[in-house]
Amino acid sequence: MEMWFSELHTPNVKISIRIDRQLYSAQSDYQRIDVFDSPEMGRFVTLDGDIIFSQADEFVYNEMVTHVPMSVHPNVKKVLIIGGGDGGVAREYCRYPEIEVIDVVESDDMFVDVCKQFFPETAKGFEDPRVNIYYEDGLKFLRKKINEYDIIVNDSTDPFGHTEGLFTKEFYGNCYKALKEDGIMVYQHGSPFYDEDEVACRSMHRKAYRSFPISRVYQAHIPTCPSGYWLFGFASKKYHPLTDFKPERFNERNMHTDYYTTNLHMGAFMLPKYVEDLLEEEENS
Amino acid sequence: MMDLEKQKKAPIFEALEKFRKKRVVPFDVPGHKRGRGNPELVELLGEKCVSLDVNSMKPLDNLCHPVSVIKEAEELAADAFGAEHAFLMIGGTTSAVQSMVLSVCKAGDKIILPRNVHKSVINALILCGATPIYVEPKVNEHIGIALGIEIDALEKTIKENLDAVAVLVNNPTYYGICSDLKRIVEVAHRHGLLVLADEAHGTHLYFGDNLPICAMKAGADYAAVSMHKSGGSLTQSSLLLTNNGVNADYVRQIINLTQTTSASYLLLSSLDISRRNLALRGRESFAAVVKMAEYARNEINAIGGYYAYSKELINNSSIYDYDVTKLSIHTQGIGLTGIEVYDLLRDEYDIQIEFGDIGNILAYISIGDRIRDIERLVGALADIKRLYARDGSDLVSGEYIQPDVVMSPQKAFYAEKVTMPLEKTDGKICAEFVMCYPPGIPILAPGERITKEIIDYILYAGKKGCSLQGTEDPEVKNLKVIK
Repeated sequence: MEMWFSELHTPNVKISIRIDRQLYSAQSDYQRIDVFDSPEMGRFVTLDGDIIFSQADEFVYNEMVTHVPMSVHPNVKKVLIIGGGDGGVAREYCRYPEIEVIDVVESDDMFVDVCKQFFPETAKGFEDPRVNIYYEDGLKFLRKKINEYDIIVNDSTDPFGHTEGLFTKEFYGNCYKALKEDGIMVYQHGSPFYDEDEVACRSMHRKAYRSFPISRVYQAHIPTCPSGYWLFGFASKKYHPLTDFKPERFNERNMHTDYYTTNLHMGAFMLPKYVEDLLEEEENS
Repeated sequence: MMDLEKQKKAPIFEALEKFRKKRVVPFDVPGHKRGRGNPELVELLGEKCVSLDVNSMKPLDNLCHPVSVIKEAEELAADAFGAEHAFLMIGGTTSAVQSMVLSVCKAGDKIILPRNVHKSVINALILCGATPIYVEPKVNEHIGIALGIEIDALEKTIKENLDAVAVLVNNPTYYGICSDLKRIVEVAHRHGLLVLADEAHGTHLYFGDNLPICAMKAGADYAAVSMHKSGGSLTQSSLLLTNNGVNADYVRQIINLTQTTSASYLLLSSLDISRRNLALRGRESFAAVVKMAEYARNEINAIGGYYAYSKELINNSSIYDYDVTKLSIHTQGIGLTGIEVYDLLRDEYDIQIEFGDIGNILAYISIGDRIRDIERLVGALADIKRLYARDGSDLVSGEYIQPDVVMSPQKAFYAEKVTMPLEKTDGKICAEFVMCYPPGIPILAPGERITKEIIDYILYAGKKGCSLQGTEDPEVKNLKVIK
């Protein structure tokens, strides 16, 4: 028997993953949620047919949205994760003992339940007493927050679906307001390769660049993402991701990682020419 | 009470379906022949859509003289809206408004109206030669909008113009303000005047619970109902309703004076399907709309500076009732005019709202909205306040300037005219319209005296970014005045 899951990355390109079996399928108030087991990528979850994370490659972005800002900001006490329904990012932040509060905002409680059931290792992040989960719209949650967080992570990946509101100028503006005066926002910046993704990627950078004094982009290799190549945004009120980067602070901790290293930190901000060009175009437009 | 079983039918839609299945070979117009002659159009609109773009014919009836499926659809609409007769209109609510005015007025007649009427009303007066008599409305000083018609003011105007033939009322205004329509009908009928209701913003009043009274229920004689706004049908489709023994055959003749003889079946079927939707599911839909609008209002008022107003304005006279589906927001509390916020929302936040004027914005909430889009609107308004709020002590509030009607709009429109720079027209009689669009309510109409106050207001509105329209000069630097 051959069973394949396919996701269209463009109308003309798709990624296919051989499926061992489908474990779950349901429609929540927001989206369709499916869970599969696969020989190559392990267990993975899809929302409206798009892969959200797989056991094989989730470590990449969990580490990249955590250790990059943590190695730059000298004094992190309070972190907000928006759309972090799987708990993976919260779990990564929990590794830092100096963090006092980690708030997770997720609009879809069913997604959280599915992750707890099928990805208990990832969802372990929710068990830490410092982690609070709020089932609320991200934009609404932010509206009431002023000068409160050191780091905000926008863990939503889809600028077209029900999380569209988390890729808008009003979102970046409300994040700016919710951050302390030296706060950092990191966010999923999409993939710059295919045409339609490129448009979304440009628009994100344009908005973040105009909302924050410092706005840089860094990269990672994530096999299940469109074209396998993924960008993150680093928008900051005070700290520059490279000139304020203190590698020794991370290295002293002796933390085991599978993707992030302090060398990679430097390299991740060195972008291919075509990506540099498109970002610069948006900065100057 | 409408017959719910009958309302499940959609005769035009059903006839089109039947017709499609017969695969009739077209040797009639339209010439694109189900799209085959215009592949780009099919690419844009889709095969199903262009195949429904067909001509009037026996199985599909004819809007100019309905005898079968269109007649049946009109009867169902009349039943759903509680009217004696309903006309399917395809020239926008403009055509419905104009048809009702033309049905009751002829040259030399007087018609009583509030100033905040849509320009289509005054255009109808240019066509028929009637003279407008304006009832002076109260203005809410704080939010700067014209309110409803007060009964005392109406009675006074009627007594001064006992030869007037009709009263025209907005139900509600663009901003959601309702007059005491029932008493207006009572007073007007007592003096032998007909009542015409412009319900361009009031389709939902016929179906929602706890909303202001609709015109047919209040006893009005005519109502122009914009199905394509809150009713969900395609742009340009509308309804004209009549009651109290109005001669429907005469109204049909009036409609046919200006209506196309090639009515679009896309528009007609959208009216048919939307009427069915409203009759069967309108109540739940509008309950959801009210809930969303109330939620948005609370969240916006919590931001501070903005004032999203509602029923607390009700004063039993100039604001007899408020339509809570409307999300009207006074913006001057953050130091910005409505038009400035309107532009910021579009240019900076990719959010398009219905309109902005000197003091307010209106976000249109409908069956098609989702709470997450409301969050975006509220989030953007909060961010606009953070980034752009300023001291607004230099802002003027939108004011009402009572027009001085010197001659009928028709006489002024066709009179000999000269073009003059706007600043120099003080004291002249205007020969054209000046208005901000939207909302499309005239600041000046043909036949009215121009004053210094009006000129200043036009200049201010232009400076603040209102889209000024109506004049031959696209920049409204010059005005045509009577020679």
